[in-house]
Amino acid sequence: MSFQPVKFYQTGTFTVGNRLLAPEERSVQASGKRFNSINSGHRACQGCGEALGARYAIDAAMEATQGQLICANATGCLEVFSTPYPETSWQIPWIHSLFGNTAAVATGVAAALKIKQKKNPRAQEIRVIAQGGDGGTTDIGFGCLSGMFERNDDVLYICYDNGGYMNTGVQRSSATPPAARTATTMAVGPEPGNVFGQGKFVPAIAMAHEIPYVATATVADLRDLEAKVRRAMEFRGARYIHILVPCPLGWGTYSSETIKMARLAKETGIFPVFEAEHGEIKSALAIRRQLPVEDYLKPQKRYAHLFGKQPNVAVIAKLQALADRNIRKYKLLEGV
Amino acid sequence: MTMMDKPFAITLDPGSSLANRTGSWRTYKPIYLDRLPPCNATCPAGENIQGWLFHAESGDYEAAWRSLTENNPLPAIMGRVCYHPCEGACNRQHVDSAVGINSIERFLGDEAIKRNWQFVKPATQSGKRVLVVGAGPSGLSAAYHLARLGHTVEIQEAGPFAGGMMRFGIPKYRLPREVIEAEVQRIVNLGVTITLNTKVSNIEASMQAGKFDAAFLAVGAHIGKRAYIPAGTAAKVVDAISVLRSMEGEEKPMLGRRVVVYGGGNTAIDVARSVKRMGAEPIIVYRRTRDKAPAHDFEIEEALQEGVMVKWLSTIKQAEEGEITIEKMALDDKGFPQPTGEFETLAADSVVLALGQDVDLGLLDGVPGLDVKDGTVQVGPNMMTGHAGIFAGGDMVPSERTVTVGVGHGKKAARHIDAWLKGETYAPPPKHEVAAFEKLNTWYYSEAPHVVRPTLDILRRQSTFEEVVGGLDESNALFEARRCLSCGNCFECDNCYGVCPDNAVIKLGPGKRFSFNYDYCKGCGVCVAECPCGAIKMVPEEN
Amino acid sequence: MLKQCEGSHAVAEAVALCRPEVICAYPISPQTHIVEGLGEMVKDETLQDCEFINVESEFAAMSVAIGSSAAGARTYTATASQGLLFMAEAVFNASGLGLPIVMTVANRAIGAPINIWNDHSDSLSMRDCGWLQLFAETNQEALDLHIQAFKLAEEISLPVMVCMDGFILTHAYERVDVPTQAQVDAFLPPYEPRQVLDPAEPVSIGAMVGPEAFMEVRYLAHARQVQALERIPQLAAEFKEIFGRDSGGLIRPYRCEDADTIVIAMGSVLGTLKDTVDEMREAGHKIGVLGIISFRPFPLVAVAAALKYCKRFVVLEKSLAVGIGGIVATNVRMAVTGMGLKGYTVIAGLGGRAITMKSLTAMLDKAGRDELELVTFLDLDWKAVNKQIEREKTHRKTGPVAEALLRDAGIVGARNY
Repeated sequence: MSFQPVKFYQTGTFTVGNRLLAPEERSVQASGKRFNSINSGHRACQGCGEALGARYAIDAAMEATQGQLICANATGCLEVFSTPYPETSWQIPWIHSLFGNTAAVATGVAAALKIKQKKNPRAQEIRVIAQGGDGGTTDIGFGCLSGMFERNDDVLYICYDNGGYMNTGVQRSSATPPAARTATTMAVGPEPGNVFGQGKFVPAIAMAHEIPYVATATVADLRDLEAKVRRAMEFRGARYIHILVPCPLGWGTYSSETIKMARLAKETGIFPVFEAEHGEIKSALAIRRQLPVEDYLKPQKRYAHLFGKQPNVAVIAKLQALADRNIRKYKLLEGV
Repeated sequence: MTMMDKPFAITLDPGSSLANRTGSWRTYKPIYLDRLPPCNATCPAGENIQGWLFHAESGDYEAAWRSLTENNPLPAIMGRVCYHPCEGACNRQHVDSAVGINSIERFLGDEAIKRNWQFVKPATQSGKRVLVVGAGPSGLSAAYHLARLGHTVEIQEAGPFAGGMMRFGIPKYRLPREVIEAEVQRIVNLGVTITLNTKVSNIEASMQAGKFDAAFLAVGAHIGKRAYIPAGTAAKVVDAISVLRSMEGEEKPMLGRRVVVYGGGNTAIDVARSVKRMGAEPIIVYRRTRDKAPAHDFEIEEALQEGVMVKWLSTIKQAEEGEITIEKMALDDKGFPQPTGEFETLAADSVVLALGQDVDLGLLDGVPGLDVKDGTVQVGPNMMTGHAGIFAGGDMVPSERTVTVGVGHGKKAARHIDAWLKGETYAPPPKHEVAAFEKLNTWYYSEAPHVVRPTLDILRRQSTFEEVVGGLDESNALFEARRCLSCGNCFECDNCYGVCPDNAVIKLGPGKRFSFNYDYCKGCGVCVAECPCGAIKMVPEEN
Repeated sequence: MLKQCEGSHAVAEAVALCRPEVICAYPISPQTHIVEGLGEMVKDETLQDCEFINVESEFAAMSVAIGSSAAGARTYTATASQGLLFMAEAVFNASGLGLPIVMTVANRAIGAPINIWNDHSDSLSMRDCGWLQLFAETNQEALDLHIQAFKLAEEISLPVMVCMDGFILTHAYERVDVPTQAQVDAFLPPYEPRQVLDPAEPVSIGAMVGPEAFMEVRYLAHARQVQALERIPQLAAEFKEIFGRDSGGLIRPYRCEDADTIVIAMGSVLGTLKDTVDEMREAGHKIGVLGIISFRPFPLVAVAAALKYCKRFVVLEKSLAVGIGGIVATNVRMAVTGMGLKGYTVIAGLGGRAITMKSLTAMLDKAGRDELELVTFLDLDWKAVNKQIEREKTHRKTGPVAEALLRDAGIVGARNY
């Protein structure tokens, strides 16, 4: 009989909590005393991945900083659904300035805090997070983001990537994947959907800045996400976490399948989950049950044009090739 | 509220969105429910398997054992001889392999014996007396449940030992006798009287003599069925039950070296494996194919591993001294065996007939109202015979004849007897819908292959009656228990609490599960999709 | 302490004396010397407890300033021209959030055509951005206004632009009286933010406000600027008590008491105007000068009062509202509504065109005779302009106007660059 370590906990760390684990081994989200940094009553759509991802990430950061956290937020869904006058969902000090300047605003907050700390060294240290959607990060906010990276300002920037401008009605961003239908890349003409060969993968660009820490995560792997936020807070300087947050509205998926879609993105290799320190990859979250990209594409209406009476096998193959390249590049089958 | 002189409208108080009750968006709402795990649904003894595994998962074996014995007083026995249909139904088989429920049950049973855990006696006595006839699994089970319900129970057993077919029909290598003794003794310790060597020949007379208010008959079926086989006078033809029974005594049966066992059921396998251990060379002759044989396949497999020969698709046409003639059969379109006219002779010192058993119905002679059909006593859904106050169960009523079914009958009968004694009718609670595999999200369960119970190496098990299948040790049992998917029943993994984008799940604390905060739940259904065990479902919102 | 130094340096010293905690720097002429000076002071630690951040754009400069101000730090930055336009979205945002940032605008023209020289087009393009705008006449006033600006901004919780003429002031070496740290500390208390990002008392700053409250938010911004109209003269008085000199205030009348003609202007050109007026007074013209220091809030009442007894006013401004004329003039006309005054708009000095006493004297002489056109472009090269207009009448494709004019003027050779 092969040896089985007794340390097997039914669901291990895949579930949010697990009564068999010691409380300190459970996720932040499992705690009855978690911060709920973003409170109930926000106006996100049903099954919003961004609302979930933001709570996961910010609660984890609150835990890591013992509640000493200030957050700057870009314009976008997250900002709009969380702070329409006269109510806010945020329970932490939070500022929204503009769409494209969040990284810089966070730099300013960090600079102010640095001076305050210098003037009062015994005060509890406060850390800074900037957050925004993919539009606010990879497009309009990219200059400020790169500036913040390059100066190595003590800011953790979190991008909640749902692959488009969902707040304005699902338009293409530079994070919109190829072939996806958006309101500005309609599923019409000889090459329906978003074009191949465009777009950018900001985690790789962040790595090129050789900042201390870069990671990707999804809302489907909570423990991984929390570990990355925790790890990020161990560093000083610029840090970047890019979290895939499915959008039922923009992707055309059931509101109940938000986490499933994130899981499929990771398990097909479409979205590589990894972390890097000082520009070098340190780990990759291995694919657990590899699946073909069709499994990820089919449930999404934004790819419906690929699955008509005649499935567009050529385009599907191109998307599969992208997933395969990720798998090779980030060693997603073996994990690192 | 705050010291800050906040700018109007631009700056807002923290968490004030609670004023916005997003629950009004909902058209469907999630509700928690308990679904019936398939193991529980198929357990003939009605065990709450998922329920006792829940305790075992956390290492609280006593709580697990106590939960288990709510339904079945014989876990150490059951953990050895039950054919565990639960494992056949287990949803985990679709992930990797079924949870080894049977081996954990055995571990718990053995642990209880080792630690001398005893049943808790009932607080009050009803003053009613119940006679149980037969100390087999069904009788013992009924007696146990009746005693726990506060009734005075006496078991009258014809034989010299308690256990019935568990002792006389199941070989030692499968069920060591100390295990039977220990679990029977624990029932006696609960307050059940067992009177041995007392054959009830007239149930009404026995009830009257003992002033019993009700009776439960569970005399089993132990008269071996005979089949007509033309046989020479010198041919040795015996029945399987008497062979197995004689194994219990000092004198082993004299069957010779070459023993032909006729039949394809578990008893046939038991006999073949037993005689193999006595040094003989058993050959099983069965008229159909392996996949059609009623014996459990793992038993056939173990027998083959031990060197038992099998002639499939064969019937015995003639038995003479030292040899038999068999006819080859072939399956017809409908899967029935048909003679081919092709014959073969086999050397055989004896033929053991393992063709099923009949019930000794002598004790029911003259009891009015009874309905006997095909050699078994007919009972109603409440296990009562046609005669008021006389209930019956186990092998003597129409059903699958297994220890587990017997134990289940005992429990079921006990509940109806209890109700009948109070002048009431027992109505079992409605069953929950079954937690089918499609209701689960198995992504969340860690990879964990089945822990295989150690088996005795082949040479040892061909020659001794030592227990073939060993038990799990504590760490293995714990591991195996934790493989349970907890189908349909919340195991407090916190997923719903964690995955709700609207923080609309309230965590009630250890053991108390969760509830929904419908003020904020938007009805997205993420909790349902991500519940590993299928313990939440969406229902349409009323108005 | 009296010092002979460049205007930018004087401003840098003044800003440093205000104990800023965060300074964002992005180079653009003619502001650059100010942040260079501050950067050096931070680096050599003469300015302590201050973060000097080299940002990647003016948009980032203002955004960093928004963050640091919201986190409770006294925050400063400087820009000019295109830089101010590039940060425009954040400029509006800073005032919308009520953040008391102080920013120097070294006034410079806006392209195209690109031009690095002085006029007021940049600040005035931001006239409705919600910031207060104070215009310095001299380097001394530029220095003093920065000290007042921090106090004003922090008291009313609105950002303040201190506008000084690019090159004319920023690069001019003059004698300035640099106050002591003790004087500045006595005048300017530590920054106590009206709202601050603090985990001990979390708030959400920057909510989305819909039609139900947006008008009120905008009105309140207006009301606070109106409130500043009272506070600005008081601050100037308080300043005088400690520093012993007149600086700041809303307006500065010069020889207006009995003037029939009052010429109105902002910034360094006031010096030239005063000299011109002195000469013209000697020649018998009853003429005065009204300097506007506070363009936002615009001192309607004070301007009306100053013009109460004159017969006409001339607004000389270094900005052009293309398609209508003057910007400052429009504001002045609003102030004198119903007073029956003649008013003239004179656009002058755009893109660094020199404003000479000779031209001013000629123009004001004409104005005194009410022979001035309502909108006058001072010293416009009509020959060049008319030639281009003619050219455009005959040819559809005439190429870029700026290059054509330069060619006409012989500054650029006939060859096309």
